[in-house]
Amino acid sequence: MNYLSKENGLLSWLLTGDHKRIAMLYLISITFFFFIGGALAGLIRLELLTPQSDLMATDTYNKVFSMHGIIMVFLFLVPSVPATIGNFVLPMMIGAKDLALPKINLLSWYLYIAAGAMMIYTMAAGGVDTGWTFTVPLSTHFLNTNVISAGLAVFVAGFSSVFTGLNFIVTVHKMRCPGMTWFRLPLFIWSHYAASILMVLGTPVLAITLVLVVMERAMGIGVFDPAKGGDPILFQHLFWFYSHPAVYIMILPGMGVISEVVSTFSRKRVFGYTAVAFSSVAIAVFAFFVWEHHMFIMGVSNYSTLVFSLLTMLVAVPSAIKIFNWTFTLYKGSVTFETPMLYSFGFMGLFTIGGLTGVFLAATGTDIHLTETYFIVAHFHFVMVGGMLMAFLSGVHFWWPKITGRMYPEKISQLAALITFIGFNFTFFPQFILGTLGMPRRYAAYPPEFQTLNVFSTAGATILGVGYLLPILYLTWSLKYGEIAGDNPWQATGLEWQTQSPPLTENFPETPVMDHEAYDYEWLERTRQKEVPSVG
Amino acid sequence: MSHISPVLWQFLQHWLSNFPLWPPEASTIAPQMDALYFFMVLVSLVGLTIVVLLMISFSILYRRSRHPVAVQIEGSTLLEATWTIIPLGLFLIMFVWGSLIYFRVYTPPNNAMNIYIVGKQWMWKAEHPGGQHEIDALHVPIGRPVQLTIISQDVFHSFSIPAFRVKREAIPGHYTSVWFQATEPGTYHLFCTQYCGTNHSAMIGQVVAMKPDDYKKWLEESTSGQSLAQNGERIFASLSCGACHSGRADARGPNLASVFGSKLTLSTGQTVNVDEAYLRQAILNPSEHITEGYAPIMPTYQGQISEDGVIALVEYIKSLNSNYRVDQTLTTTDLLPESEGPKSAPAPAAKGAVKQ
Repeated sequence: MNYLSKENGLLSWLLTGDHKRIAMLYLISITFFFFIGGALAGLIRLELLTPQSDLMATDTYNKVFSMHGIIMVFLFLVPSVPATIGNFVLPMMIGAKDLALPKINLLSWYLYIAAGAMMIYTMAAGGVDTGWTFTVPLSTHFLNTNVISAGLAVFVAGFSSVFTGLNFIVTVHKMRCPGMTWFRLPLFIWSHYAASILMVLGTPVLAITLVLVVMERAMGIGVFDPAKGGDPILFQHLFWFYSHPAVYIMILPGMGVISEVVSTFSRKRVFGYTAVAFSSVAIAVFAFFVWEHHMFIMGVSNYSTLVFSLLTMLVAVPSAIKIFNWTFTLYKGSVTFETPMLYSFGFMGLFTIGGLTGVFLAATGTDIHLTETYFIVAHFHFVMVGGMLMAFLSGVHFWWPKITGRMYPEKISQLAALITFIGFNFTFFPQFILGTLGMPRRYAAYPPEFQTLNVFSTAGATILGVGYLLPILYLTWSLKYGEIAGDNPWQATGLEWQTQSPPLTENFPETPVMDHEAYDYEWLERTRQKEVPSVG
Repeated sequence: MSHISPVLWQFLQHWLSNFPLWPPEASTIAPQMDALYFFMVLVSLVGLTIVVLLMISFSILYRRSRHPVAVQIEGSTLLEATWTIIPLGLFLIMFVWGSLIYFRVYTPPNNAMNIYIVGKQWMWKAEHPGGQHEIDALHVPIGRPVQLTIISQDVFHSFSIPAFRVKREAIPGHYTSVWFQATEPGTYHLFCTQYCGTNHSAMIGQVVAMKPDDYKKWLEESTSGQSLAQNGERIFASLSCGACHSGRADARGPNLASVFGSKLTLSTGQTVNVDEAYLRQAILNPSEHITEGYAPIMPTYQGQISEDGVIALVEYIKSLNSNYRVDQTLTTTDLLPESEGPKSAPAPAAKGAVKQ
């Protein structure tokens, strides 16, 4: 008996309050949108194989990259780790039966689906070509595409994200099992808590901004229209006030995954637990005060750039702290290289590059030359795809035995991790050079001397595509043919591993008591020796 | 070698030879920016190498087959301090260095020659003070600071010259500026880097940096016969601005001579510096820019003048300054009533108003 077998039928899924089932609903839906977004990315790379705009009309290209961005950011990256893995393991990690607000959790999935449906409608009705940034006055006065339905889709997706964040915050405060003090929380919880605060405080600003865009477009209210005394720069401030913290909404949960995985496969407590925990909080706090670094060339006061450049430099420090602490977690550990660990290594390398190139853009001088070019594109894909997507895949493989009760096939998934890493670097590294050369982003056609690097990038994207298709195949295969996993195949310390796989609907037969520190492998060893028969 | 696939062969021959990895350095700021860029590349490479080397060596030294039992370590305050302080210090150096360059790029020197840039879907228009117009091209002399005053007539655009390492957003309703001093004669890319709709990727052009003599020749060959200020004078006349801004003591509007560059007290008591941006706002949105002592009677010209027209008017008003001191004809009653006629041609006296 477990959460999967307890009830059957479609309704038992669609009306479930079980966080694990909702996590599965999310996993299926975000995978669906990931492949739509990925197909769009494939079209972009195909068009850019040649300097001319020849595969599709420029308007079509503009729609393709806009919808790639909107779908990937709002329907994949933002919910990816928190709504799937977070939803599944967060209550189990703190020894709870479920999230604090199970119906709100289900509602947030329905809102996500509503947003997804509106996005599909937007595509079917001819798409939208605003870019994911909805920049005014382009989006309000100059385009004839489906800006309103796309804007409302993001608006609704925002509520889904607010509800998830809210649920996590309440759950972490109120539902911890006896003995689970704040400093015994797994670092996964700390990073989700920090991301949840960003979701709850940041997303409403985006929602309001998009409502203003829709009203401006539909009714001409003129908040952003200079002809009516409005200010288009105000839109930039409002949009980035959410959308910079949103970057941390996307990456922080991924960092949580890395902490769990690196510790488990080094069989060692995360080096500098408190430093890693507080660096998550520091990132969440600083995240709100750096938004103007998206606007350094937009005629803002020179002096204000000093403040925002300095704060952006400061927000880079906690990320550096995390990277070094993860690296030192390996030190004197007992390291193995299963798939989740390989993806985590990929994350650490690529996120380091993504973070360091962010500093090029945080320094105002070099930002002038590099912003709005392929350097930016490369930078945030290193963070979002090289970082976040690697963390997501790491997490999916890591908790797959817990989620399904089956092991994924190890060799082929290690190969997939390697293919992803190689394909990723081929795709995005040349884009740093393109950006340095000055190639602007969002160009359907480009000067011919940029072709060679674009060919490399497109070739890499093909390899990357294979790397993403493989897991779909072998993970589906493993549902039926995978080895039975047992309760704790990785010998990990988290409470989610101390119950059966797949877990009961209530997660634990009885409320667990946390009588040891997080990542206490010696405690695990002691319990294992005591209860040998119950393991495996 | 030809037995390999012809496509691959073409790729090897055609694409792998002769493609750039570094943009040309063609302005005074370019080497300064590149120095910081290389410093950052160096720091990044060292940082990345340290992280990757540690990861690899720990993975080899402490792999399970070699190191079966992990040693539990809480952490190390000393190490935490090290990897907090060293990155922070390096980032602060980059912050200061970057800001120095940023302030240089966006603080034009006083002796810079000014060229207006208007962005619109999907073209760049450059307006030289001498009246030369260019579409999707910009001719500049080398060895001389050039300031660009940039505005957009519709959506956000961004004016980017990678070879000069400068870029500035073209914003609707708001002048921005950037300057550079070209060093190498040549033809360079000009890009719009802010996504602006259908033909964003066609909003490109050429920047031609020329030796001073060539530039002079180009100016002479490209003249439209009317300076920007003369154009402005025509607009000034046809909109009957002179009816109120006649410069007479009993005029209903303030005297515009010498107003550019001055400090003006508004009816709200606020003091403003009169620059291009202020003049633009005062023309398009006059009710919020009333000079102290005058009645709020000026109608708005929003929607009646294109950005090019506003630029010409601004240049004309700027030119009133020097002309006022030279012969005082433009701002006196001699000229303005004549210009008030609905279709009057530009007055010949205006020639003296041209400020190069």
